[in-house]
Amino acid sequence: MILFIVLAVVSIAAAVGVIAAQNPIRSAMALVLNFLVLAVIYFSLNLHLLGISQVLIYTGLIMMLFLFCILLLNLSAPQMLTEPSYLKRWAAVLVTGSLLVVLFSQIVGPWLVPVPPNNTFAGVISNAPDDFGTAKAVGNALFNHWVYGFEIASLLLLVGIVGSILVAKRRG
Amino acid sequence: MTPEFWWGTLRALIIIAFVLVGVPPVIWWERRLLSWMQDRVGPNRVGPWGLLQPIADGVKLFFKEEVMPAAVDKFVYWLAPAIALFPAFVIGATLVWGPNPMLTPVADVDIGILWVLAISSLGVYGIVLGGWASNNKYSLLGGLRSTAQLVSYELAMGVALYSVLLVTGSLKMTEVVARQQAPLYDVLPWAQNWFILTPYGFGAGVIFLICMIAETNRAPFDLPEAESELIAGFHTEYSSMKFAVFFMGEYAVMAMFGAIFTDLFLGGWSPLPLNWDYLSAQASAAHLGWLSSALSFIGGAWMAPVWFIGKVFFLLTVYIWIRATLPRLRYDQLMNVGWKFLLPFAALNFVLTAVWMLFGWLAFGIAAAVVAAGYLMVVGFVLRPRAFKDAAKVHLVDVQANTAQTIEVQR
Repeated sequence: MILFIVLAVVSIAAAVGVIAAQNPIRSAMALVLNFLVLAVIYFSLNLHLLGISQVLIYTGLIMMLFLFCILLLNLSAPQMLTEPSYLKRWAAVLVTGSLLVVLFSQIVGPWLVPVPPNNTFAGVISNAPDDFGTAKAVGNALFNHWVYGFEIASLLLLVGIVGSILVAKRRG
Repeated sequence: MTPEFWWGTLRALIIIAFVLVGVPPVIWWERRLLSWMQDRVGPNRVGPWGLLQPIADGVKLFFKEEVMPAAVDKFVYWLAPAIALFPAFVIGATLVWGPNPMLTPVADVDIGILWVLAISSLGVYGIVLGGWASNNKYSLLGGLRSTAQLVSYELAMGVALYSVLLVTGSLKMTEVVARQQAPLYDVLPWAQNWFILTPYGFGAGVIFLICMIAETNRAPFDLPEAESELIAGFHTEYSSMKFAVFFMGEYAVMAMFGAIFTDLFLGGWSPLPLNWDYLSAQASAAHLGWLSSALSFIGGAWMAPVWFIGKVFFLLTVYIWIRATLPRLRYDQLMNVGWKFLLPFAALNFVLTAVWMLFGWLAFGIAAAVVAAGYLMVVGFVLRPRAFKDAAKVHLVDVQANTAQTIEVQR
């Protein structure tokens, strides 16, 4: 529990850092830290595969590409990123506010309205099968039960990649 | 504090000690071996055969004046060497160097191989951030090259490891090593099924070796610090202990990757691909008691670290040997090798491994022959003529008139 609180504080601080940092590189670093801490939280919940996928895909590859783009384009003019329109700002406040309400209702709700024991966090955890979240269980789910959905999703991604290459080629 | 906690601490400390103690001899060996290969003498003044040279260097670096350029991003500049050193210590968490489950690996989680892939990609953040924070265009270019190189070679490395996973059927490092202690090709009882001895494992091993040299930024893939183009690349502006930390991180990750290669392809901690238990039983059946005990001692738990370190040392020698042999790649060559050769070859190797698993070695041989023939056809009839056609076009630039034209040249 102490570990979780420490990790949660660090991860929230990092998340704030992402949007508060003036410099895009600092922002990206804060996001990397956030992803890493999130992975550690997954590890502490015994979800090894999820945690390592987080590190491998997000911190290892996606953030690396982000950094590459930031460095290559040399994004360092924060004044260009300010948004003058007040209407858009109010819309943003509305959307984030409603999202916040949804999230807090999930946190505060269980104290106000009694939840059947099977639906609480502890209940779900104790009812989970032994191999929940292991590489074997996830692999079985992806490649046996939902193999068609998985393949269709991968095909979609492939189409996306080919399409982006086509667009880039046509322009150049 | 439970006993398990103390055993876990001990396991972690062993890996950290291995990294810390291992780096100075590796640096010494690199300098000596490289000088022999290049017909020089090398460092031989400090201590016997120059053995104390790394310590002298360390003391020198420690007392050296710290020079920090004026317009650096101080926080990132400080942090970058630490990030570069971090994966060297952490990547060994799933490393198996012996048969005793109390001592190794640090954590036998069911994501062992993914752990290696994930952590190895984190070290490059140190290089990128260091290159960026230095506020020097050469450093920045070094960092940029490093990211592109990592993303290209990480993929091929992962796909090459699919073959190992497919044969093992598990992501655990202990299972990978155990699978390699089975009879060779599941037929020969006196030999071990080291993946490097199987055709698919050999293909995967070669690709993994190339990718691991690229991931550790070693020659011929040392473009991030190419001294003839970028001064010293990402660590141009680093001096004193910060440079030493970068330097140490590079060698430590090299040694760690050597150890990972040992685990994945060279059968872990067994000295030779021989089934020591089987041979020992045979010797005792032939009433050769001393031979039997000698064999079980050689293949046993006490000698395991010795053989393991020996193999890691051999792989480090290979690193140095390759550095002494091959010139540095050009940037476009680097990308071509990664995307057009290593990745397709790794994917083909993966498919062939599946054929071997499903239909046996005969089908594997036929499939491999078909693939090889197809490759030669494509190269011989499609790619090579096109390449020659391109070579026949000559691009002429008249600098003074500021004009350019492309003409066809008759061969």
